[in-house]
Amino acid sequence: MKQGIYTILHHEKIAKDIYKMVLLGDTTAITAPGQFVNILLEGKYLRRPISICDWSDATITLIYKVVGGGTEQMSRLHVNDRLDLLVGLGNGYNTEKCGQKPLLIGGGVGVPPLYGLCKKLIAEGKKPHVILGFNTAEEVFLKEEFEELGAAVTVATADGSVGVKGFVTTAMEGLDYDYFCTCGPEPMFRAIEKIAKTSGQYSFEERMGCGFGACMGCSCKTKYGNKRICKEGPVMEREEIIW
Amino acid sequence: MVNTKISLCGVEIKNPIIPASGTFGFGYEFAEIYDINVLGSLSFKGTTLEPRFGNPTPRIAECSEGLLNAVGLQNPGVDKVLSEELPKLKACFTDPVMANVSGFSLDDYRETVQKLDAEDQIGWFEINVSCPNVHGGGMSFGTDPKAAASVTAEVRKVTKKPVIMKLTPNVTDIVSIAKACEEAGADGISLINTLLGMRIDLKTKKPILANKMGGFSGPAIMPVALRMIYQVYDAVKIPIVGMGGVSTAEDVIEMMLAGATAVEVGAANLRDPFASKKIAEDLPRAMEKYGITDLKSIIGGAH
Repeated sequence: MKQGIYTILHHEKIAKDIYKMVLLGDTTAITAPGQFVNILLEGKYLRRPISICDWSDATITLIYKVVGGGTEQMSRLHVNDRLDLLVGLGNGYNTEKCGQKPLLIGGGVGVPPLYGLCKKLIAEGKKPHVILGFNTAEEVFLKEEFEELGAAVTVATADGSVGVKGFVTTAMEGLDYDYFCTCGPEPMFRAIEKIAKTSGQYSFEERMGCGFGACMGCSCKTKYGNKRICKEGPVMEREEIIW
Repeated sequence: MVNTKISLCGVEIKNPIIPASGTFGFGYEFAEIYDINVLGSLSFKGTTLEPRFGNPTPRIAECSEGLLNAVGLQNPGVDKVLSEELPKLKACFTDPVMANVSGFSLDDYRETVQKLDAEDQIGWFEINVSCPNVHGGGMSFGTDPKAAASVTAEVRKVTKKPVIMKLTPNVTDIVSIAKACEEAGADGISLINTLLGMRIDLKTKKPILANKMGGFSGPAIMPVALRMIYQVYDAVKIPIVGMGGVSTAEDVIEMMLAGATAVEVGAANLRDPFASKKIAEDLPRAMEKYGITDLKSIIGGAH
């Protein structure tokens, strides 16, 4: 974990309630896709944890959804504004376990960390298939970016306005895969858990106090003992999760 | 040169800054990001006789200038604290530490302290009779002078180390409880624990915390803490460890003026992991600004 001041290089709305923010600053604390940053906002006591979508030697890309007062305030920030971040938090996805044909399943605002994961998997010579689930066409984002990485992409929308009509689990039917990684809402996880044929990794969300393991605010029980979503998580293996 | 040294119950420490229990783990988590030897001491995670998972999540809710928590004393239990946590703490902090202990019965408190007592690095016991998040324990001892005194006396039997009783602000008369602890043999009083509070989610229209209620901490509660420290200072002769919303070196000075000998930093560590370090390092500057050369000389100065 590192703390630093980051400068906004780029900030735009990319879908309904969804914003993309590129920050300039030290990224040496980031070790795996699926990790997150914790952002201090003026007038807010606790930081906002946001998953890392992508990173380079000098930039961090975040894609976040406006869900409350904090993220709404974030959406009004401008290029060149500076933010206090804790960077490189949590344990991300372990790509060594991902097989050769991993399935990446993202639901809504759970999609962004899968981008960094997909990039890494492709760099490792693997052939990921990506399923992106949204409610409706105007919420869809990152589809082209995943395709540009070279991944096969299936979009599912609940109302059928684009792609497969249904949920991510509808799109999973008949697909050939040897591992899966997912991020999204918990009801989606429960649906995946019922039909998934392989081992996999889930990335969880919880209300956090500190985001770095100090307060025990986001603890959960696993088959391997108590874990903190922010520290030992947010990514957990299918085999250890107690549903 | 200013002097930041203070003596707490006969144990001298290099400065009065002590991260508060429950916001600093067992220290080693923070030692990964800075040398925690800049701190006067630290009060480690509230320890109980048996391991505890604590309350269901959500355990955290944000407030203006603070937060609610309802962690519920999650800890690995005293045996694992001794065998696993304290060796790791010893590897990264050399000075005496404060052992924060909670319980659900007099026997719990006594047995936990008895087990920890042999550990050389423990300089003080901070006995939590004030946890608002555990039903049937903790706070029920701290809301009644007789019960608080009985815990003090029970713990007193099994340790020669200083016993500091950590009190809850969720009472009508904090002074009577502090006095009862002093009369029962306490060496110090620690206050304040969190204020019992609630937040409601407007989307679900239900309390945010799974426990419904939780302890309110952060800068918003500092005036309440200052008032109670001031009142207790007038009523007891034993030293006070002050806490409640401390976020800056100036806050430390203010709390010491109210009557605190040492000052704990809690919620601030969760917002900024470097908060305790920054406060400790900034203290000499703030002292110079207010013409203070010897920090211990200002204790109770507002009276």
